[in-house]
Amino acid sequence: MKSDIVFGQYVEGRSPIHKLDARIKIIIAILYIVVIFLAKSVSAFALLALSAGVFVGMTKISPRLIMRSMKSLVFIILFTAIINIFWMTGDTLLLKFWVIEIYLEGVINAVLIVLRIMLLIIATSVFMTYTTTPLALTDALEHLLSPLKKIKVPVHEFAMMMTIALRFIPTLIDETHKIINAQTARGADFSSGNIIKRAKALIPILIPLFISAFRRADELATAMECRCYTGGEGRTRMNVPKTATRDWVFLGCLVLLGGAVVLLNMYFPIYGLGV
Amino acid sequence: MGTVELKNISFTYGKNTETAHKALDNVSVKIDGGITGLIGHTGSGKSTLVQMINGLLKPDEGQVFLDGRDIWEDPKKIREVRFKVGLVMQYPEYQLFADTALEDIAFGPKNMGVTGEELDRRVRESARFAGIDEELLGKSPFELSGGQKRRVALAGVLAMNPEVLILDEPAAGLDPAGRRDILGGIKKYSRESGTTVIIVSHSMEDMALYCDDIIVMTNSRVFMHKKCAEVFSEHRELVAVGLDVPQITRIASALKGLGIDIGEDVYTVDYAVSKLLEYMNSESGQLIEEKQV
Amino acid sequence: MNSIIKAENLFFSYPGDEDNKPVRALNGVSFEIEEGSFTAILGHNGSGKSTLAKLMCMINMPESGKLWVMGKEMTSDDVTDSDILSARREVGMVFQNPDNQIVATIVEEDVAFGCENLGLPPSEIRARVDKALSDVGMSKYARHPATDLSGGQKQRVAIAGVIAMKRRCIIFDESTAMLDPMGRREVMSIIQKLNKEEGITVILITHHMNEAARADRIIVMNEGRIIGDGSPREIFGDPERMWEADLDVPQTTELLYKLKKAGLDLPIDVFDVNTTAVKIAAEIRKKISERG
Repeated sequence: MKSDIVFGQYVEGRSPIHKLDARIKIIIAILYIVVIFLAKSVSAFALLALSAGVFVGMTKISPRLIMRSMKSLVFIILFTAIINIFWMTGDTLLLKFWVIEIYLEGVINAVLIVLRIMLLIIATSVFMTYTTTPLALTDALEHLLSPLKKIKVPVHEFAMMMTIALRFIPTLIDETHKIINAQTARGADFSSGNIIKRAKALIPILIPLFISAFRRADELATAMECRCYTGGEGRTRMNVPKTATRDWVFLGCLVLLGGAVVLLNMYFPIYGLGV
Repeated sequence: MGTVELKNISFTYGKNTETAHKALDNVSVKIDGGITGLIGHTGSGKSTLVQMINGLLKPDEGQVFLDGRDIWEDPKKIREVRFKVGLVMQYPEYQLFADTALEDIAFGPKNMGVTGEELDRRVRESARFAGIDEELLGKSPFELSGGQKRRVALAGVLAMNPEVLILDEPAAGLDPAGRRDILGGIKKYSRESGTTVIIVSHSMEDMALYCDDIIVMTNSRVFMHKKCAEVFSEHRELVAVGLDVPQITRIASALKGLGIDIGEDVYTVDYAVSKLLEYMNSESGQLIEEKQV
Repeated sequence: MNSIIKAENLFFSYPGDEDNKPVRALNGVSFEIEEGSFTAILGHNGSGKSTLAKLMCMINMPESGKLWVMGKEMTSDDVTDSDILSARREVGMVFQNPDNQIVATIVEEDVAFGCENLGLPPSEIRARVDKALSDVGMSKYARHPATDLSGGQKQRVAIAGVIAMKRRCIIFDESTAMLDPMGRREVMSIIQKLNKEEGITVILITHHMNEAARADRIIVMNEGRIIGDGSPREIFGDPERMWEADLDVPQTTELLYKLKKAGLDLPIDVFDVNTTAVKIAAEIRKKISERG
């Protein structure tokens, strides 16, 4: 059975974005996030939405898959939207109903904030999780953080931990499903009673899960040792990250995008965000 | 004795997604007492089928009847169905969690509201059926050996006194002696308590030894549902869908090809031995008679 | 022939704690594994066979006794970490649970893991990984996430990880125990291919008699001791000994043995279904005509 959580999973592909150097992708993603936070006007957001559309198109990953990754965040998105609609005041009153006043500024603000959250998700999934294998991502992180090795930060160990954690997430999700099924079959009840009763009902799930995770960790450590793993020292890589012209072109595009956003904020500040 | 009946069950995983997979396709089966073996490849739908029977999954189409009642008639009462249909999952030792083996076995019956002496009686009785020594009951389940853990998990389900007991690969990963002990214990339990038992397995040889009926599943459908001997006499069909048949069945078939017909419903070594000796004696008897005439 | 692993009088116990006494797992085990051979180790759970595997990979060290890997004594006092590491470069292991030996998410990245640990140049790793994946028939899945594969496929990936390191000996520690019949067949045929075509020494730990019957040699363990060591014919030719050790024999052997006990003149050491049937048919005809 496949786990239904898709957020943060690699999708096979050969698009230009898949082929980018993982280190550059991390930098691009960070830049993109900064640019998204810089955007304040409707015009800037329109440009960003357009750019996101282009990037998604380039990856050839179905937009449905990307929309699905937002499903888990729907609650947060709706919550922020509602708060903005009802609490923000402005000049143009759209609706007055009892004590509730809805202003045009509030609505636009809500739309832009929702857009911002969605753009953030697209930025990270398009440039990192969906198009980069977890190993390439952690390797890239190790490279980018390698200067820290000089001040004795265990960068390699940290990256290896990340690799293993990402590798075992689907396995442990599967395992959780199995344990829940097994305890449900033994008549465990997770959905009734007060909070304390419900928390207690989780014990028969959490204990087997922890024990199994420890057992897996132990076996994995043995297996790694058998495969001659002795830490980061003297290790080489099959895929050595190399930057190509493509990488610099993409990076250049992002810088231009940032510049354009700043200019649009300044010269077309239509309904600027009140944040 | 519980009766399970599935009528026109269909079920699809991940409906409306790109990875949709039809696991059951219009399956109808009636299981009425005894021990039934459920055989098929990985992905043939057998694990889905057993999850239907105790209501862990709800069919998209069709109905599941337990003792003549539709289990989804009142979805709020599905928990009661789970009390009647015990399910021992694959590698059940990984679901143990309590401080002692005794407490772990008591988890199921406690959830059903069983207390006091009745609880104690059930725990000890099921431990006996599962072949757990009394002295192990006070130990932490995590200190036990792999085989002992598996038995504790089995006892935990037996203690719920289910009318129907389903076991998914109960002998997976065990050595020959461990397989014999656990499957033999299940057979004894079924005979003594009259519980209807369904065993999911890949091993034709084990099924041949411990089951009364066999259901063969392929491609999300029921391919065969017959008495053990009848299933193995159709071993050619089984091989054709890529399933293993016991070596002994193939030997009997080869012998028939060589002109020594001891029947094709042979699936245990001892039966083959007695049939062969019987054949030898009756044939030489016939020869003697012919000479006498 | 060179011996790849040699053991002399190995003893090993698992340490106990307040509640439990130490458990003696190996009780004086001696054997020698020849380079290029295919040896199966049979024994019920707790007979000491997995402990033995852990000693051969130097995950554990024996309490007493001597162990040589590729002619180098691993149990001598002056053995260094780098000696152990170089022995591990020659002797690899595939474990029981396919999920718990895969380190990286993507198939080819996992296969590369061992070579990366050896510090090989990237182009060399690339070539070895591609070759190893094609050897186990998994090239098609090179860029797939390993978690989506079947148990048999995961074990094939694990095997690729071991052969990419060009090891001369692979120990399979019940690597087929968690697989379905299809997965078991896949893995067994690869194991045989590696032994016959690549000349890799194989040590197969199992409790499936039919798998053991394919080896050149079977070592039977019981209670930390070797109670039988010989060709499959010799080992299965003595079913009583196997039953005593709580083990089975193939059904062909069991049938022949029981018929022989009933007075028929039959060999016991046959594992092939058709040969068995032919021998039985001939003997029964003979008996019938004798009586007639």
